[in-house]
Amino acid sequence: MSSELPDSCVPAEAEPASTVSRRTFIATATTAVVAGDLVSAETAGAEAAGAAEAPLSGRVSLTVNGERHAAMIDNRTSLLDLLRERFGLTGTKKGCDAGACGACTVLVGGRRVNACLTLAVRLEGAEVTTIEGLAPGEGDELHPLQEAFVEQDAFQCGYCTPGQIMSGIGCIREGHAGSPAEIREWMSGNICRCGCYVKIVRAVEQAARRT
Amino acid sequence: MSRRAVGAPLSRVDGRLKVTGRATYAAEHDVKGVVYAVIVDSGIGRGRITGIDARDALARSGVLKVISHLNAPKLAYRPNAGSNNPEGSERLHVFQDDRVRFFGQPVAVVVATTLEAAQHAARLVEVRYAAEKPTTGLAGDRTNKPVTYARGDAEQALGSAEVRMEMTYRTARNHHNAMEPHATIARWNGHRLTVWDKTQWVNGTQEELAAVFGIPKESVCVISPFVGGAFGSGLRAWPHVTIAALAARETGRPVKLVLARRQQYFGTGYRPAYVYKVRLGSARQGRLIAMTHDIRAETSSYEDFQEGVLPTGQMLYSMPNVAQTYERVPLDVNTPLYMRGPGHATTSYIVESAMDELAHELGLDPIELRRRNEPDDDPATRRPFSTRRLRECYTVGAREFGWDRRNPKPRSTRDGDWLIGMGMAAGVYDTNRGAAQARVRLDARGSAVVEAASSDMGPGTYTSMTQVAADALGLDMRAVTCRLGDSIMPPTPPHGGSMTMASVGSAVQDGCDKLRRQAVALAVGDERSPLHGVDAGDVVAGDGRLHVKGDPTRGETYQQLLARNNRTHLETLGSFTPGESRFSMYAYNATFAEVAVDHRLGLVRIRRMLGVYDAGRIISPKLADSQAIGGMVGGIGAALLEHTVTDPRDGRIVNANLADYLVPVNADVPSLRAIYLDGDDREADPIGVKGLGEVVFTGVAPAIANAVFHATGRRVRELPITAEALL
Repeated sequence: MSSELPDSCVPAEAEPASTVSRRTFIATATTAVVAGDLVSAETAGAEAAGAAEAPLSGRVSLTVNGERHAAMIDNRTSLLDLLRERFGLTGTKKGCDAGACGACTVLVGGRRVNACLTLAVRLEGAEVTTIEGLAPGEGDELHPLQEAFVEQDAFQCGYCTPGQIMSGIGCIREGHAGSPAEIREWMSGNICRCGCYVKIVRAVEQAARRT
Repeated sequence: MSRRAVGAPLSRVDGRLKVTGRATYAAEHDVKGVVYAVIVDSGIGRGRITGIDARDALARSGVLKVISHLNAPKLAYRPNAGSNNPEGSERLHVFQDDRVRFFGQPVAVVVATTLEAAQHAARLVEVRYAAEKPTTGLAGDRTNKPVTYARGDAEQALGSAEVRMEMTYRTARNHHNAMEPHATIARWNGHRLTVWDKTQWVNGTQEELAAVFGIPKESVCVISPFVGGAFGSGLRAWPHVTIAALAARETGRPVKLVLARRQQYFGTGYRPAYVYKVRLGSARQGRLIAMTHDIRAETSSYEDFQEGVLPTGQMLYSMPNVAQTYERVPLDVNTPLYMRGPGHATTSYIVESAMDELAHELGLDPIELRRRNEPDDDPATRRPFSTRRLRECYTVGAREFGWDRRNPKPRSTRDGDWLIGMGMAAGVYDTNRGAAQARVRLDARGSAVVEAASSDMGPGTYTSMTQVAADALGLDMRAVTCRLGDSIMPPTPPHGGSMTMASVGSAVQDGCDKLRRQAVALAVGDERSPLHGVDAGDVVAGDGRLHVKGDPTRGETYQQLLARNNRTHLETLGSFTPGESRFSMYAYNATFAEVAVDHRLGLVRIRRMLGVYDAGRIISPKLADSQAIGGMVGGIGAALLEHTVTDPRDGRIVNANLADYLVPVNADVPSLRAIYLDGDDREADPIGVKGLGEVVFTGVAPAIANAVFHATGRRVRELPITAEALL
């Protein structure tokens, strides 16, 4: 019953060139194998020949939570690992590293994407928003959806929570928070193993009314 | 009188940390100079390693070391009966020999300066094997020594029973699949080891690492302030915890090791698969006479894992004759472990399905059949129940769910293409308790800190402990801070088996009571205190003050008391040690489900569910409600979706990912409702609780299975109930 919904919620007409959804990633990755456009020709050739070393990094500058980062990064790095292991932004969670659980959901150019399936080097110029960017300071007010999650007790262990909240923001923005049934459908790309779905729906409903 | 925190529907005290991404889980601790380890796991299900070629891996930039049995040091692996290691068997020793015992067993580890380099290099390590055919599945003849139980003479009673039934049920292997992957960061400082670990028991992991490395327990520190769900998988220190520590020692660097989702399926435990044959005998009017249980479960070739599958069959219903045989079949798989509602959840499914089958056979209402077999004392031990309010659970549940609207005839209700059915089941789980301690410290500002080693994997231990402490000290919730998850803190039992509230909560209560009494003694003996000379028994605490009972104006704040006496703080160590009890202690539920089954597609959808619980006193109602609803969701998974599939040819788990191992998603879960009977069980523990985390799960799967039968008239005796089985 796992679902393709998080991808299909990405409006096709408004797809900025610099961002990567799961669908476009799969498409480009497939192309890369054929035409070698994602990996540099040199790297691809080196891999194929099994040689020891090849240039494996690229420069990327992107904005995360309003802060500009320029970094030389390993081409193999996912946005998720870039955030967690390089930038110390561990609020975005790794659950499956395969696009099946939604724990790593962030906004890229305002759209929800799975950070684990997003290659970081492709994000030149992208604007990324993570859970840390919603209520930046200790004393700051929470985002209405964060507040709603606390009020509705829409989590237990808290590990899927940042992904649920980022996804919920996407769900509301996309106009898919019109009814509990619609929210259930459009939030089904985010697994909560503690089983807080009933309350996640209530929290999204509550925040949708307030935003 | 201040408002009481216990029993109030408060939000989580760690809620803000969790919704802002600032709660720090195992792999997220900022440890300077950390490098990355990735495990190479076996590609055969049984056999020997004949060679490992790590040259290509080692040639890659950033790769520091590849460790396998070829170059690993000998590890002490001292016997350790604690730490939830199964009794009478030997745990897996990592990298100590060339044997492969199951598909996915760690055979090497790559350590590199970046995660990307380690992941890549792990795929470049070439391992050659002499493979043998693994044994999986429960069909074989070889079993470990059975555990048996008998009362009366079940065979004879079955022979003379008016109604006899025999059914064989099967339940699939289930994996915990908590959202947070198992992860460990390990750092050595000389001979001292610190690990940041995903664990449900820092004390157990501490003991195990000390035993494995042959060092004193005091040299190991385990830190685990937040656990991203576990459901039992964190109750042992699995091989990867040792591997992280070994890699750190061999490289001289702090090492971070996060299991890939795929690796959780053989790198940690699971609920074993069962084949469970039950025979029952009953009088025509619905009194049970006898039941036999022939139980077979998976275990590994190297450890004899057992869980509590027997008690439910002994004590849920009154009957004179019971015979049970519990066999474990040693297989070429990794060792199972407790998973939510261990034992009882499996047996609840079998017994409650059998009861539903009997009710149908006798033409009795399923609730009425249960009422007719409700015992007055524990049929297994003849001890009185501390509290057992299952009858009330049935009454409240039937009323609130609208059970009277159920047409008893199966396949009698339709809604278009959908066949509609209602089912119910009872569930039970032990009220477990263990020895626990908690430190309580009140400072001169009138703020308190409560500390205990226990984990909080999601039930809300931070919050509930804060509630208990706030009331006992007469402080506002905001003046109390709870700290958990560090082996340096006072020891606690495993954070599992629904025993944390009873055990740690009682220790917190004790510590706070002691501290309050200490403060009162200080005040009544202090000439300058407005409480001077008052009988200590007449002083109460509330709103951050100590005052005379019934006269809030006569008293003083903790700050005033401590400042005047030049005390920076007061500190106590609370403890709880469960004694022998003459009572039989369990928590109970009655769970109701309404399902819709597409008569052409076999698709099952849950329409609504209700759980009614007899779980003693509810400390934190808002969080308890989430527990119950989460238990129902877990039960939906077990009933309809969850099934770890093993390829018998090589022992490979074929659906070791969250796209193919199905768990409930939001669209699978409709309206769920939980009702806790207002209760208090002081025989169980000083704070009157009976445990929640397990009992909310037991009984859910059979309620759904019984609803599916009622909807379709088809009895599927296997979990999960798939569309294929209903076509």
